[in-house]
Amino acid sequence: MTSPVGPSSGNLPARRRMGAVLHVIFLAATLAGVVLLAILLADVLEHGIPWLRWSFLTSFPSRFPQQAGIKAALWGTIWLIGLTALFSIPVGLGAAIYLEEYARRNWFNTLIEINIANLAGTPSIVYGMLGLSLFVRWMALGRSVLAGALTMSLLILPVTIIASRESLRAVPDSLRQAAFALGATRWQTIRAHVLPAALPGILTGLILALSRAIGETAPLIMIGALTYVAFTPSGPMDAFTALPIQIFNWASRPQREFYGLAAAGILVLLGVLLTMNAAAIWIRYRSQRNVRW
Amino acid sequence: MASSSEFGLRLAGLRQKRKGRWTERAIEVFLFLCALLSVVTTAEIIWVLARETWSFFRQVPVFSFLFGTRWTPLFQPPSFGVLPLVCGTALVVVGAALVAIPLGLGSGIFLSEYASDRLRGILKPVLEVLAGIPTVVYGYFALTFVTPLLVRLFPATQVFNAASGAVVVGVMILPMIASLCDDALRAVPQSLRHAGYALGATRFEVATHVVLPGALSGVLASFVLALSRAIGETMAVTLAAGATPKLTLNPLESIQTMTAYIVQVSLGDTPAGGIPYLTIYAVGMLLFVITMGLNLLANRILRRFHEVYE
Repeated sequence: MTSPVGPSSGNLPARRRMGAVLHVIFLAATLAGVVLLAILLADVLEHGIPWLRWSFLTSFPSRFPQQAGIKAALWGTIWLIGLTALFSIPVGLGAAIYLEEYARRNWFNTLIEINIANLAGTPSIVYGMLGLSLFVRWMALGRSVLAGALTMSLLILPVTIIASRESLRAVPDSLRQAAFALGATRWQTIRAHVLPAALPGILTGLILALSRAIGETAPLIMIGALTYVAFTPSGPMDAFTALPIQIFNWASRPQREFYGLAAAGILVLLGVLLTMNAAAIWIRYRSQRNVRW
Repeated sequence: MASSSEFGLRLAGLRQKRKGRWTERAIEVFLFLCALLSVVTTAEIIWVLARETWSFFRQVPVFSFLFGTRWTPLFQPPSFGVLPLVCGTALVVVGAALVAIPLGLGSGIFLSEYASDRLRGILKPVLEVLAGIPTVVYGYFALTFVTPLLVRLFPATQVFNAASGAVVVGVMILPMIASLCDDALRAVPQSLRHAGYALGATRFEVATHVVLPGALSGVLASFVLALSRAIGETMAVTLAAGATPKLTLNPLESIQTMTAYIVQVSLGDTPAGGIPYLTIYAVGMLLFVITMGLNLLANRILRRFHEVYE
């Protein structure tokens, strides 16, 4: 009689040994990710710590590594992310509400869904080319922080939509039905009941989407965010540079000193990202504690 | 008099109701426009890429672009065969897959089938952090850690090489595969596992003969999505893999990927409008078509081979 499970099913000790070996292999595969993360952090810390001083945060870039800093890049990133949040949050949330609360199942809405999934997998550099043609040239915004923010907004739009939809879907239908039964309109139901219930999840998703925008480099290079900027932007039409661009610029130089600067810049960037991630996790944790459905 | 005021009140009530319906409608239209923007974005991407690619192909034959073996658009005499760039990308993607698919699938199986809830609660966030690290950081890591390591192992390694880029791109897509595989495996109902155990299978046999086949569509789709992501990856390969378009299968040599070429041109001072400048749109179009094809394929796999459980 043949076994439904495998050719070796007759010999139980051998099968158990096989299972034990594979258990170790699967564990090792999982730990590989953890170990790689540890090595990466150790590498960056080792090279970057000696360069991380207060003046590093308050100086403009320079040809001389000792005097170089990330003031312009840091302010550029703050401007960029602020404007990106301004554009992408209302639109992303609006699209998610439409798809989750209003859309009926028809071919057009299916098209929108497949389209969003495809946009989420479109390479970021393609968004850069779109931004270059659409915002920099056609809308004549130039190589400004506004053009950068609009490009970034399009880039993170699919991520914000997908994350917001998941939180909206997690709100139980009974909540909506209760509101309808009391005579609330659809929008009243959404505004007063669905959105507040989904808010923690939505915030978490938005923070993670924005943290993706902070790290993106390629689209900004495409739209020509300058690599040497010795001023901080004072308005949305100003030229700018951003942290990842500054890191790229330093890492692509042949002189070894600039590697140290790149590592220090990475530490600042990772610090910002970890803070945002921690905020997202904290919001998720708090909401899980309070809400009982 | 009384009846007229009552009539007025009712009219006002009706007006308010109509106004209420009107705002309801306006909100729905606004929300629909937000959703429509994503379709407009795709249309814009295709329009922008297609327009410039069209003017490129008016000057360079499609055939010599797709099948030419020399890519020297910035030199005299220029040659526009894209195969060396495709070859560079393929080299990086295959290398990345060799790193990421075994490790990612192994992690996915471990997280879903072996790890306790507590261990999972620790490992998942670590993978999320790994997935959240910006690509430019991976580029730096490739230059300062992976390449020196490769040089020590294989002295023939060049300073910029495909292998170093492939390794870090593999690390970059690993969390994506692990997390998507974990989701797919966990979606297989517990009753199937119990049935496997009841027939006398060991935990490993249940994992590989029952759960994995049951989740095959999700697992395969995760591979395809990760490869699509690897093809579009830009900063790490720009920093680590070099800027030498060439047809080679040697991963220790300097190559250039499609994405790295686009960055190279946009960093340089190539005048807008000339043929060398139009090349980035032709390459970008090719990149977009390939990744869109893979994304749709992944979608197809999920729908076509999806096992439906009650």
